[in-house]
Amino acid sequence: MSVKHGLLALLERGPMYGYQLRVAFDSATGGTWPLNIGQVYTTLSRLERDDLVAALPENEGQRPYEITPGGRDELRKWFATPVQRGDRPRDEVAIKLALAITTPGVDVAKVVMTQRTATMRTLQEYTRLKTQPGDLPWLLVLDAMIFQAEAELRWLDHCEASLLRYEPRPVPAATDVEVPR
Amino acid sequence: MSVLELRDVHRIHGAGETAVNALNGISLTVAPGELVAVMGPSGSGKSTLLNLCGGLDSPTSGQVLVDGTSLQSLSRKQLAAWRRKRIGYVFQNLNLIASLTAAENVALPLDLDGVRKSRRQAEIALSEVDLDGYADRFPDEMSGGQQQRVAIARALIGERRLVLADEPTGALDSRTGETVLRLLRSKVDAGAAAVLVTHDARHAAWADRVVFLRDGAVVDVSSRDQPEELLSTP
Ligand SMILES: Nc1ncnc2c1ncn2[C@@H]1O[C@H](COP(=O)(O)OP(=O)(O)OP(=O)(O)O)[C@@H](O)[C@H]1O
Ligand SMILES: [Mg+2]
Repeated sequence: MSVKHGLLALLERGPMYGYQLRVAFDSATGGTWPLNIGQVYTTLSRLERDDLVAALPENEGQRPYEITPGGRDELRKWFATPVQRGDRPRDEVAIKLALAITTPGVDVAKVVMTQRTATMRTLQEYTRLKTQPGDLPWLLVLDAMIFQAEAELRWLDHCEASLLRYEPRPVPAATDVEVPR
Repeated sequence: MSVLELRDVHRIHGAGETAVNALNGISLTVAPGELVAVMGPSGSGKSTLLNLCGGLDSPTSGQVLVDGTSLQSLSRKQLAAWRRKRIGYVFQNLNLIASLTAAENVALPLDLDGVRKSRRQAEIALSEVDLDGYADRFPDEMSGGQQQRVAIARALIGERRLVLADEPTGALDSRTGETVLRLLRSKVDAGAAAVLVTHDARHAAWADRVVFLRDGAVVDVSSRDQPEELLSTP
């Protein structure tokens, strides 16, 4: 996802100026995706260049923007298209663990355990937030984070069980790797 | 004072060549208003631990204290009375009584103590687990998840000091599981102590502390006493 589509979705509710968009974005994502006002203005100017939003006359020193028919089309298309797994950022925990296994002198079990405790604590924090009143969109974002943390914990358990049965294969030493000339 | 305290508890099942070291020196305290979750792979000693906490089994060495009293020092009769009044237990294999209705199963601990209006309390407890209208059904007339909720209602009814639950959400869908955890959490917030065994991290996360067991020993504890400011509600 891009900030671009987020802002288009917010403008579909009605015209807004930069600061209002920033606040609305923050509340829609439950503060999980902090956006600075600079990003909002850069994105707005790109959207304006592409005719997806239009600037309205200034009002008390603030310039509101509205979504254009082209912007509306773009937004419909975005909602109609599934997010591909490959579009998401790489999983640092997975990469770290893979490297831990092949790096000499690293206590892999300890790496798993440290991560598990940290992720569990995060999950406890998220769950505590569920006991506070919140509206549905925010609760669903929170649930998404909860399920992702849970998935990571299950995967860590799986890693731990697999490590118990793991016999490392010799890793080629750096000097054995042929360097192309 | 803690409701439950385990001091260097060991439990060896069997003897000789087939002996199993199910617990290897567990120390744990649970205070009133505290929910502790226990996680660990199959066979790591979770049910053994819970049975010791509830006085259904006794340690090979070490001590189990409930409200400061060592369970080993109680007579069988005292132990039984204490369990009935003060401990709510959800077993891994439900054990509802087949010849009693849902309401009768739930009211049983109260009836044994001669509490009046137990039927009404049982109906309220059933409705808290979303089982309104099921009071007069027998266990074999209910789904697995519904039976599980009856067992939970039975464990939470009355003035329980200590609630022990072994995989209480195993047969429940995600939404119903959450209802049960919210219920357990509010029982604990009202002053009970609880130990919850679960494989489900999302359910364990309702606890104040999560204890990780491996081969009968505690390998790690995740406590929410050290909160990190992760998120702010809008
Ligand atoms: N009555 C018994 N006699 C002999 N061994 C037993 C007995 N009860 C349990 N064990 C053994 O003690 C160990 C711990 O068992 P326990 O039931 O506590 O595991 P658990 O963590 O609850 O597992 P699960 O997640 O499968 O329920 C296991 O190796 C088990 O085989
Ligand atoms: Mg068990």
